[in-house]
Amino acid sequence: MKRREFLQYTIPAVSIPLLLGGMSLTAFGRSRMLNNIGAVAANDRVLVLIQLNGGNDGLNTVIPLDQYAALTVARSNILIDAAKVLKLTAATGLHPSMTGLQTMYTAGKLAVVQGVSYPSPNLSHFRATDIWLTGSDSNKYLSTGWAGRYLNEEFASYPTGYPNTTMPDPLAIQIGSVVSPGFQGPAVSMGMAITDPNSTYLLPGGSDTPPNTPAGHELTFVRQIAQQTQAYSSGIKAAAAKGKNKSVLYPSAGQNLLADQLKIVAQLIAGGLKTKIYMVNLGGFDTHSAQVSTSGSTDTGTHATLLGKLSAAIFAFQDDLTLLGIDDRVVGMTFSEFGRRIKSNASFGTDHGTAAPVFLFGSNANGGILGSNPSIPSNAGTGDNLSMQFDYRSLYVTLLKNWFGASPSMLANAITSYASTPVPAVSLIKPSAALDVSGQSLAPVSTVLEQNYPNPFNPATQIQFSLASSGYVVLSVCNVNGREVARLVDRHLEAGQHSIQWNAAGLPSGAYFYTLQAGSFRQVRKLMLMK
Amino acid sequence: MNTNANEGLQTLRRSTAGLEPYSGVWDAGTASHLLRRTTFGPLRSDIVALQQKTASGAVDLLLAPLPEETSQPLSVDSRDIVPVGQTWVDAIAKDPLSTFNPVGLRMNSLRSWWIGLMLNQQLSLREKMVLFWHNHFSTEVNSVGDPRFTYRHAVLLRKNALGNYKELVRQISTDGNMLRYLNGNTNTKTSPNENYGRELQELFTIGKGPEISSGDYTNYTEADVKAAARVFTGWKDFTQADGTVSAVTSVFDATKHDSANKQFSADYGSAVVTGGVDGAKEIDDLLNIIFSQPETAKYICRKLYRWFVYYAIDDWTETNIIAPLAATLRGNNYNIAPVLRQLFTSAHFYDPLNRACMIKNPIDFLVGAYRQCQVAISSTDIAKQYTAWLSLWTQATAIEMSVGDPPNVAGWPAYYQAPQFHELWINSDTLPKRRKYTDALVYDPIALAKSFSDPGNPAVIVDEAAQFLFAISLTATQKEFLKNTLIPGLPDYEWGVEWNAYLADPTNQTKINAVKTKLQTLFGFMMGMPEYQLS
Repeated sequence: MKRREFLQYTIPAVSIPLLLGGMSLTAFGRSRMLNNIGAVAANDRVLVLIQLNGGNDGLNTVIPLDQYAALTVARSNILIDAAKVLKLTAATGLHPSMTGLQTMYTAGKLAVVQGVSYPSPNLSHFRATDIWLTGSDSNKYLSTGWAGRYLNEEFASYPTGYPNTTMPDPLAIQIGSVVSPGFQGPAVSMGMAITDPNSTYLLPGGSDTPPNTPAGHELTFVRQIAQQTQAYSSGIKAAAAKGKNKSVLYPSAGQNLLADQLKIVAQLIAGGLKTKIYMVNLGGFDTHSAQVSTSGSTDTGTHATLLGKLSAAIFAFQDDLTLLGIDDRVVGMTFSEFGRRIKSNASFGTDHGTAAPVFLFGSNANGGILGSNPSIPSNAGTGDNLSMQFDYRSLYVTLLKNWFGASPSMLANAITSYASTPVPAVSLIKPSAALDVSGQSLAPVSTVLEQNYPNPFNPATQIQFSLASSGYVVLSVCNVNGREVARLVDRHLEAGQHSIQWNAAGLPSGAYFYTLQAGSFRQVRKLMLMK
Repeated sequence: MNTNANEGLQTLRRSTAGLEPYSGVWDAGTASHLLRRTTFGPLRSDIVALQQKTASGAVDLLLAPLPEETSQPLSVDSRDIVPVGQTWVDAIAKDPLSTFNPVGLRMNSLRSWWIGLMLNQQLSLREKMVLFWHNHFSTEVNSVGDPRFTYRHAVLLRKNALGNYKELVRQISTDGNMLRYLNGNTNTKTSPNENYGRELQELFTIGKGPEISSGDYTNYTEADVKAAARVFTGWKDFTQADGTVSAVTSVFDATKHDSANKQFSADYGSAVVTGGVDGAKEIDDLLNIIFSQPETAKYICRKLYRWFVYYAIDDWTETNIIAPLAATLRGNNYNIAPVLRQLFTSAHFYDPLNRACMIKNPIDFLVGAYRQCQVAISSTDIAKQYTAWLSLWTQATAIEMSVGDPPNVAGWPAYYQAPQFHELWINSDTLPKRRKYTDALVYDPIALAKSFSDPGNPAVIVDEAAQFLFAISLTATQKEFLKNTLIPGLPDYEWGVEWNAYLADPTNQTKINAVKTKLQTLFGFMMGMPEYQLS
């Protein structure tokens, strides 16, 4: 059974098998527990990715007011007047055009992550975009996208057998005409592109088997798209017909292309589409020149307009989700391929740079500022760049793990560097909504060893236990003489509920004792083998 | 960039025919293949024309120099200060006495004009090469903001389309349109702007390799980006109005030029561009350095290969096709025509494994479909003509290829974005739109049917329409299915009865409609088939 399917059950006995040291270890489904604490089930959760194409100038977006003197030296021709900065804290503020995001911050619905980048940052738009979308190291080349790889974990056989009753809708949707490389899976793209959810058009397919040639390869590809388009179009149309936007804050169509896109996203989610990830875009951030007005105030001009659109679009979207009563199901994240240079150029612009802030928003976003203000050299030169505080993959890990409840093996496959150099998740999801790696709520549970079931048994039984925190765990079985006859767990385990099967074939009937040792916690229970 | 990423390609049979001259049969199939890849269409008359030649003769014809394009984009809106029917390319930007700014109208006029040139292309490689260079030296009409510069840029591309690559880079480097697009016009001694210096190397000439150490992209370094930017300091775009006429060009301001020496990295053999002599000529020294690197020729040859043959370049192709083409390019001092001639006359190009494997880009698809359907566009009413051309441009934009406005300086992702490359053109949004557009084009299906050898025979119609429209052959089942769309559930001869009834009374609307709607359904369906997406 696949993970996502089991999460839909509310009967607690359903579990996913994990093979651990030759033993069948299972982690329990978490839907029962989530029902108890009232959090949103993992399979109802949606992620919205907002790509800011071109490289957003982070220093004029999230302004480090405590570095103002150094900023004045480095970028006086584009620097925002400190008095106009929208304060989040005494030392940190937003660009004056981002009033909506300031309001969301105050309401605890906006998290700002400072200094997001990766080791050895790349200054090419195309390479840096590839890195962000594929989730690769700076010096590695991946042909698949990070979100695509994750979706391939959740929906392994896709597109074969899709759509189906469990997943009737596209796994991921790009609002636009080009599917993001971030959705590229190992074999096919896991995403669909949509500009108008109401439009469908009959497409002729084809059924014979094309030859094993390049032409046959491309023909197969086009036919696959034709068939998928046909298969999904009715569901999308139905969702579009059913979903009605409720916010009055959206600008009129065509005024703010990002708001137009997010409006469609809200409509589709409200209409019941089960799609997991949406990608939307706002372009124009490559502000080499005239980033600010060359004649007027520095808080006007190209960048001010862009940030104003970004803020207004997210604000309207959040308002819509709230009015629709689905705001606890959706989190969104902005990203851009890089930030820009500390020192501005003489054309009232900035050249390609490195680290930049990322916004994470939503009712279940853990509002606040993560990380510290960047430190600006007192006399920044053209070669000076901001240093990294968070690896961008930390954010992906957080979203997959804490928002979608991805398992460690899913994380390892989705974030390819994770197995060798695991970047930690960061606290971006509210603890009440965050999941841990075994799909449990992060809300603390006590460590406890349960009575095995069945008991008495022959020859196999199931032993359950919960861990309040992750750590090294030993689960062993002794006979009445105190001699160990089986060691069922002897390794590091994540917090949450666990279940393990013990097969006692070959051992004589009688009483045995099983012991859970986890840090200072120790509990012993008795079980009966009756042959 | 990973060139081999499309999963499953490794198991495909790939051509192992090299660049040796093609010596197989020359027929309608080979002629159509050549025409599909080098022109928009093709038209049946073009196939017939080339079929009668040899491979070499056909390629000679396609590469033959054409006279310079004489048409210019025209004003088609009376709100422009330039009267309707006259060109605005040398006019002042706007009427100083009016608040109306015609820049948007002129941008659309430029776009329409460009589409018109492609629709009315002659039997020549030129227009497809212009589009190739537009993708390569990508600039955006909207971003540049002054279509008079973009017009000159388009003229530059067209003039040099089959000319010398190095010379084209030389002219592009001081082209006002490019200076505006990549901020060369703000690149000065005191405040260098790296934008053009970077893209020149990353995208236009030598290409970016893997980052082998911090800031070293195999072929060049971050320091080389900065050094190159300094070479270009002092150049800017220039416009001067005189009455209603304006001069639109670029100029070199020596006082803004950095006249110190420019040191390049070990990737370029530690070469130096010596400053302080003639600042404007330093560009030649820089290009000599870049073009002395073997990688530069290979980089453009890979792009040509992806444009004309297929996107997957495996090790075999790199060694046996790209490297020798690059040698030809360098051996001919960067003249492009000998390389194209070698490729288009090669056994590799005509190998059945290299046919029908290109996914048509939107312009190839739409301009080709308009031409194949012989869509009639007025040539006397300029306003109507420009509107029709602009409507094609709008359709191409909706399926992601906006001529004049590629998405960014790297051009269209289909030509660089691994692993999907050309497959990026086709998705759940663009494929239905493609079908919708072609459906509307089939309004004279009778004329097309009449061009077949035996239009009274439905099997012949299907056979010959498939040969004309598809680069890939259909199976017997598919043909049977298509025949059935023409005569659903009826014996073949029933079509002959209907057709002959029409021929006997060709002005009778009922009889016309009887065959017309059936043919429309058939051709519309065929152009909506996945097979029609392939070239």
